[in-house]
Amino acid sequence: MKRSVVCLPILSVVLLITALLSLGVGAVTIAPGRILQILTEHSGNAVPATELTIIWELRLPRLLLACFVGAGLGMAGAGYQGLFRNPLADPFVIGASSGAALGATLAIINGWQGHVLGLACIPAASLIGALGAVAIVYSIATVGRQIPMVSLLLAGVALSSMLGAIVSLLMFLHEEKLMTIFSWLMGSLSGRGWPALWSTAPLILIGGLILWMHSRALDALTFGEESAASLGLGIRRLRATIVLSASLITAASVAGGGIIGFVGLIAPHMARSLVGARHALVIPMSGLLGALLLLLADDVARTIVAPSELPVGIVTALMGSPFFLYLLKTRQRELGVGQ
Amino acid sequence: MNTLHAKDITCGYDQRKVLESLSLSATAGEVLVLLGPNGAGKTTLLRALARFLRPMSGTVLLDNQDLWTLRREAAAQRIALMPQSERRDWPLTVEESIQLGRAPHRGWYVPFNAEDALIVESALASTGLLELRERPITELSGGEWRRMVFARALAQQANVLLLDEPTAGLDLKYQHEVLRLVCDLAKNRNLTVVVTLHDLNHATLYGSRLAVVAEHTIVAVGAPQDVMTVDLIERVFGVHVTIVPHPVYGTPMVVPLMEKATAAENGTS
Repeated sequence: MKRSVVCLPILSVVLLITALLSLGVGAVTIAPGRILQILTEHSGNAVPATELTIIWELRLPRLLLACFVGAGLGMAGAGYQGLFRNPLADPFVIGASSGAALGATLAIINGWQGHVLGLACIPAASLIGALGAVAIVYSIATVGRQIPMVSLLLAGVALSSMLGAIVSLLMFLHEEKLMTIFSWLMGSLSGRGWPALWSTAPLILIGGLILWMHSRALDALTFGEESAASLGLGIRRLRATIVLSASLITAASVAGGGIIGFVGLIAPHMARSLVGARHALVIPMSGLLGALLLLLADDVARTIVAPSELPVGIVTALMGSPFFLYLLKTRQRELGVGQ
Repeated sequence: MNTLHAKDITCGYDQRKVLESLSLSATAGEVLVLLGPNGAGKTTLLRALARFLRPMSGTVLLDNQDLWTLRREAAAQRIALMPQSERRDWPLTVEESIQLGRAPHRGWYVPFNAEDALIVESALASTGLLELRERPITELSGGEWRRMVFARALAQQANVLLLDEPTAGLDLKYQHEVLRLVCDLAKNRNLTVVVTLHDLNHATLYGSRLAVVAEHTIVAVGAPQDVMTVDLIERVFGVHVTIVPHPVYGTPMVVPLMEKATAAENGTS
C-alpha cells in the first residue's frame, strides 16, 4: 500500500528533472542553471536572445507536447487494457491508428492547407480519421443492444487492415509524397509549436480525467461482467464511456505527434509492476510513465543522428519491442497464451 | 422481508428458451438448493434472479417489487451473486477485491470511508482471510478464491445470496466449510440463500428446501424428504439409486447403484 502511493510523487519529480535536463540537450547545449533562469525570467536581459528563442519557441512546446502525447498514450492504453481485460490492448487496438493514417495521407496528397481548431490540416485530418474509424468499428460491433468485446476487437483488426491497404495504395499512387507520408506515419514531435499543444493537451487532460473517474468500475470489471453487474455496475455505459474517452485521448495524441507505437502498450505494464493493479493508481501512473518514455525517446530521436532527426516512432518501437518480447517470454500466463 | 419470487418466467439466450413458465420463491432464513442435470438451466435461473438476465416473459419480484424497476445499484445492495467461476485478469489484492463489495453502497466515484473499512475488516475476519489480505487474487487457490468472493458478498451486505456451485473444485473440508458458512448466514443473519449444488447429499444435509430443475422448469420442490424419491432421481438424472436415512441425522441419503437406470426393475427401493 505505502510503496504504491509514494511512487506517484517520486515519478513526478523524476519527470520534472528529466524535462529540465532535456531542455538543455540539442544542437545548442544549455546548462540546467541557465534553463531555470530562462524559464523564470521570461524576457531576461542577462540571457542571449537565441537561447530564449530556442527554449521558449522550440524546445519547451516540443517537450510539453511529448509529455502530453506520451501521457495520453499511456492512459488510453491503461483504459483499453482495463476494458478488454487484455494485456495486449493498446491505444490503437480498435482502429484509431489506421483511421488517423488515412486522414493524414489524404490531407498530404491533396495538399490541404489552413487550420482547423488551431490544428494544421494534417493533424486535424488524422484526428477526424481516428475518431471516424473508432466510430465505424463500434457501430459494426454492436449487435442489437450488445457490444461483445471480441466483436469489437475483430472489427478493429479487420477495419485496420482495410484502411491500411488504402493508405498503402495511396502511397503507391503518389510516389512523390512517399517520404512525407512515411515520416508522418512513423510519428514526430518536430516543429509543432504551441498551437498543437493548445489544441491537443485539453482533450488529453479531459479524457484522462474521465478515465480516472471510472477506475473503480474498471477494477470491478476484473471479475468478469457477471460479477461486475452483480456489484451494480452498468457494463454497457461503462464500455461506451471508456471507448469514447480513450479514443478522444488517442485521436488527440495522434494529432499531436503522429502514430507513435508501443508507449501505450508498455506504460500500463510498467505502472502495474510499480503500483499494483488498482486503476486509480494505474491510470495516472501510466500517464506519468508514458510522458517519461516519450520524452526520453524524443531526446534520442532528435540527438542521435544530429543535425538530422529520427521519427520518434522508430525509437519507441526499438525500445518497446524488446520489452514486449520479454513479457511474452516471462509472463505467458498473464498474457493469456499459456495454460 | 427479502422474499425473492420468480413468477412464470421464461428465460433464454437469443431465441433459445432454457426455462419456460417457471415459478419459484425463496424466503428469508432458508437455504433453497437448486438441483438438476447439467444444462438444465440452474445457472440461467440464478442469473434471472440476480437481475443479470432479463426474462423474456414473466417477472422476478423482490418483496413484491419487480427487479427490473429497481435501480441497478439498489438491486446490488440487496442481492449478491457468486458465479461458478470468475475471471482474474489483474492482480488486485484480496483486500482491494473485497472492498469492491462496498461499491453498490458507496457508488463508483466516492472514496471508501472508515465505515467501509470496518465492514471489509469484518468480512475478512469471518472468512478467515486476514492473513491473505495483501495476496494478489491471481495467486489464490480455488478454496481461497471462493472465500474471497464470499467475503465480497458479505461486504456487499446483501440480504439475498445467490451461489452457483460454491463447492465445485473444493476438497471435502472446504466443501463442508462453505456450506456450513452458508447455513449459518441464512440462520443468524436471516438471509435468503439460493444455491445450486451437484451433490444430492450435500443438498439434503444443508438445504431447507430443494427445487429440481429439469425439462425447462421446476419438476419438484419441497422439503428434502419429500423431494428425494427414487422415481424422481431416476427420471431426472437417469441414474439408478437407493435412498437410506442418514445414520446420524436421519435426513435422506442418496446412494447410487451400479446398474443402469433402465434396468431398474429388480433394484432395491
